[in-house]
Amino acid sequence: MKPFDYVRPATVAEAVAAAALPGAVFLAAGTNLLDLMKGGVSRPDRLVDVTHLDGLDQIERLPDGSVRIGALVSNADLAHDADFARSYPAVAEALLSGASAQLRNAATVGGNLLQRTRCAYFYDTASRCNKREAGSGCDARDGENRSHAVLGWSENCIATHPSDFGVPLIALDAVVEIEGRGGRREIALDELHRLPGDAPERESALEPGDLIVAVRLPPAARAFASHARYLKVRERTSYAFAIVSAAAALRIENGKIAEARLALGGVAAKPWRARAAEDVLRNVAPTADAFQEAAWRALEGAKPSGDNAFKIELARRIVVRALLLAAAGTPARIPALPASPFAATSGAIHA
Amino acid sequence: MPELNLTSAPAHLRHGSNIGQPLTRRDGVLKVTGRATYAADNHPPGMLFAVIAVSSIARGRVTSLDVAAAKRHPGVVDVMTPDHKPQLAIDPEIKTNPFVFRMDALHSKEVRYANQPIAVVIAETLEAATEGAALLAPRYETLPPLVGLDAGESFVPPVVGVGNPAESHHGDVEAGLASAEKRIDATYETPPQYHNAMEPHAIVVQWDGDRLSVDMPTQGLMLSLARIAELFGIAHDKIHIRSPFLGGGFGSKGLMGGPPVLGIMAAKLVGRPIKLVLRREQMYGPVGHRAPTRQRLRIGADAEGRLTALDHHARTVSSTFDDFYEPAADASHTLYAAPAIRTSHDAVRVNTGTPLFMRAPGEATGSITLESAIDEMAWACGMDPLAFRLKNYAEVEPMTGRPFSSKALRACYEQGAARFGWAKRSLRPRQMRDDAGLLVGWGMGTATFPALMFQAEARAAIRRDGSGVMEIGAHDMGQGAWTALAQIAADGLGLDVDRVEFKAGTSDLPDAGIAGGSAHTATAGAAIHSAGAAVIARLADLATNDERSPLFGAGNAGVIARDGRLIRRDDESRGESYSEILARAGVAEVEARGTGAPNPAAMEEYAMHAHGAVFAEVKVDPDLGQVRVTRMVGAFAAGRIVNPRMVQSQLFGGMIWGMSFALHEEAITDRRSGRIMNANLGEYHIPVNADVPPLDVITVEEHDPHVNALGIKGVGEIGITGSAGAVANAVWHATGVRVRRFPIQIEELLTQL
Repeated sequence: MKPFDYVRPATVAEAVAAAALPGAVFLAAGTNLLDLMKGGVSRPDRLVDVTHLDGLDQIERLPDGSVRIGALVSNADLAHDADFARSYPAVAEALLSGASAQLRNAATVGGNLLQRTRCAYFYDTASRCNKREAGSGCDARDGENRSHAVLGWSENCIATHPSDFGVPLIALDAVVEIEGRGGRREIALDELHRLPGDAPERESALEPGDLIVAVRLPPAARAFASHARYLKVRERTSYAFAIVSAAAALRIENGKIAEARLALGGVAAKPWRARAAEDVLRNVAPTADAFQEAAWRALEGAKPSGDNAFKIELARRIVVRALLLAAAGTPARIPALPASPFAATSGAIHA
Repeated sequence: MPELNLTSAPAHLRHGSNIGQPLTRRDGVLKVTGRATYAADNHPPGMLFAVIAVSSIARGRVTSLDVAAAKRHPGVVDVMTPDHKPQLAIDPEIKTNPFVFRMDALHSKEVRYANQPIAVVIAETLEAATEGAALLAPRYETLPPLVGLDAGESFVPPVVGVGNPAESHHGDVEAGLASAEKRIDATYETPPQYHNAMEPHAIVVQWDGDRLSVDMPTQGLMLSLARIAELFGIAHDKIHIRSPFLGGGFGSKGLMGGPPVLGIMAAKLVGRPIKLVLRREQMYGPVGHRAPTRQRLRIGADAEGRLTALDHHARTVSSTFDDFYEPAADASHTLYAAPAIRTSHDAVRVNTGTPLFMRAPGEATGSITLESAIDEMAWACGMDPLAFRLKNYAEVEPMTGRPFSSKALRACYEQGAARFGWAKRSLRPRQMRDDAGLLVGWGMGTATFPALMFQAEARAAIRRDGSGVMEIGAHDMGQGAWTALAQIAADGLGLDVDRVEFKAGTSDLPDAGIAGGSAHTATAGAAIHSAGAAVIARLADLATNDERSPLFGAGNAGVIARDGRLIRRDDESRGESYSEILARAGVAEVEARGTGAPNPAAMEEYAMHAHGAVFAEVKVDPDLGQVRVTRMVGAFAAGRIVNPRMVQSQLFGGMIWGMSFALHEEAITDRRSGRIMNANLGEYHIPVNADVPPLDVITVEEHDPHVNALGIKGVGEIGITGSAGAVANAVWHATGVRVRRFPIQIEELLTQL
């Protein structure tokens, strides 16, 4: 392996300073980064280990009704926090549908959001990839691309963002707290990831040294707790990324949808908020027809980037189903097969 | 490595003979406590690490390697390249026998497939060797690779599989099709698949002068030993291979491939012990795989649903430099009683590592298509798939007219169908739903696999203390050979299994043949059985010729061995213990050897196959097209079952491979570069636990007096056959959509649901 420096800063400020140098990257659980390094995809000069920083592993309920999740909280701890799961069930369900139990035990909140695409051409260092090496070209564009993006892609990059967790978070207007060289700032999660455009190598709004310290869900996010689901179609029941997924959350008052939230996963370079679909669901009854209309709106502008036209139709159907499931109400317990279309099938014993 | 001793395992409760008992794995405690030593667990003093650098192109030439950069890296000791390597005694391209495959041993700069070894970096640490390999930064002269089933001009290979003719026929297929009331003509595709044993290929090598000590997982100790001997020009008795445990092989560790040879060369080059372990992605190239196929089946049936003809053609691929042809169409030889059957193969050459044996080679790829086509034919005839199969039940082997040595397939159909509840199946597809509204489908497939035998030898001894020894260089791939073969040994020696020292897994023991073809238990078991009988005969000689023995005059055939005693057949109250006999004779032990081999006369006279029937239930989301298997029942007849627990596990494993074949597994090749794009266990999808439904295995009683002395047919591979087709057929029954490309993908169903 390429030699690298390893530093373990004592404070967030030291971490930011250490990571601001060229060639430096943050290391949290490393569930993605270490694989990238072993494969020669990522060859950092310096790892800045943030796992020992104090105060980043707390789940805090703030007086205003929001929740603040430290960047180092593990995926498993967050999903299994009973109060969190009750308040934000779609987020917990999404977390439990991701990766494997072992990976969830290690993987962190901040790391999950900043994980890299699973585009095979990004991982295959013999292939051209504009994300890995700016300006080198995109071998996915005419390659094996049935799982690639159908929204927001460009000729330069058709990769998707793999996170499940980010999908309900973006639907619930999550905010990302960032510590940088200029001090603390916050941005909407929707602004964290960039679409590829002509610079797919720039994946996020983060500047050198920027460290995600927390993710916050605003007070309004709790209001969807009784009608919120995450649905994920994948090629096996665990340890597989979504072909397409959706998070749907509804606030239902007097038999009508007062407010809807909808986001898609596996379709674009970022978790994809479907605001146009949300708009058509305002003040209508939660019916299949209304959800069909929302599905069409959600996929407006979608186009295949390769052998993946089916993902557009699949995404529409997933949107309808996720909304139907949300309308039916959040189940009392997260299903044994979280986010699975087979969640309701009896006999499932695996979580 | 410390001497492996499994005899101190806790005693098993036993009723009656050893064979037939569901003993737990005798190596189980070692494995779950981490004390079972796999090849890569060995670290001889002074050991260096070797890492293979592989080609990223599929066709062309390596024009440069930055050896200097690699050598400058701290910890790198040497870099082995085509220009700097020990000479082999023979050209690795020469096929000295049909079980020798051409390997890449840095003998050329030509690149013939992606992931081909092009150099080996040797270093003090794994990390240094890994970085050294990256620093080689190879440059290539690249040629357009040949990729896929239509890559070039097709040809009819001289043989398919192991020595099967590429074309076989019986009766007039065209006339049979012309006279048929109903016909189907369907083309199916199966993808390339990789063995993906949990344990990667690994070797730890130590040279001591011209003596060679090797730890490596192998399914064929003697084949590997002979190959090493000829490649390095050393005598067989200078080589010692230890392979006590394999973390799976599935055919990829049967024949010596290039990577372990490179490890041996590297150790010779630097004069120090070497460890070389393949990275997961490096297993997608130089160590074999299951080739893709495109298969066309044309079937005809008369008005009553009797087959009139079965024509099965398979297109497959081999590498540009060697020949292995997946004998997919041969799956149609044995199962259905068509008066006219033709099977044929053709192939194209592509830039791939040479395809090889992968669990049920030919049978697996051919079974999923044949069982799909039979299902399509049954539907065309308006018949229940089980009734259709019974209507066309082969009472004799259809191609040859030979009787079966035994065939309890009818009982498999009956017992499997009853357990599954098949009688409640709707004839028409898309009729069944569950409470949640998911589409439910039921499908079935017939399983079959030939009952093969190879050659093996075993050495048996009975010691003065009354205990026994059985030695055979057998292989435990995880299937339970340490246990099942010890049970056969115990019965052969007339002892409880805990009184037998069973030795296996090293090359200094008698040749057990290869652990492949589902024939290891039968072959090694036959040798063990005969060695046991031979040593008991020696012991009986001592006793029956000695006036002082209560067995005097009983004659060799007049005694039986039981519980460490020889007793008179005609008077079981008269007998004496092994130790008494040996003590009186004044000998420390008696020993004898025995062999196991196929019986050519019986093979001439009888068709020998294991059979089974698999029933599967799938559920399909009617809007989203997601498919999951929810239930499987397999009923198998495979002659004598030595250890029901191990056999059940083997059959479970096979059935899971079958569902994986139908729904999950596929190596994705970039059609431009010839590189495998999902060469890792994250993206090469095999089922996880949550995908595997409750499985039910029935072993149907079957007595076969012809296959071998023990009546064993083997269970290693049959579980895949039938299962893959059953799942595919269940998907059709659930949806009414017939998908003919495997694995069945969501997009194939989505638009047609």
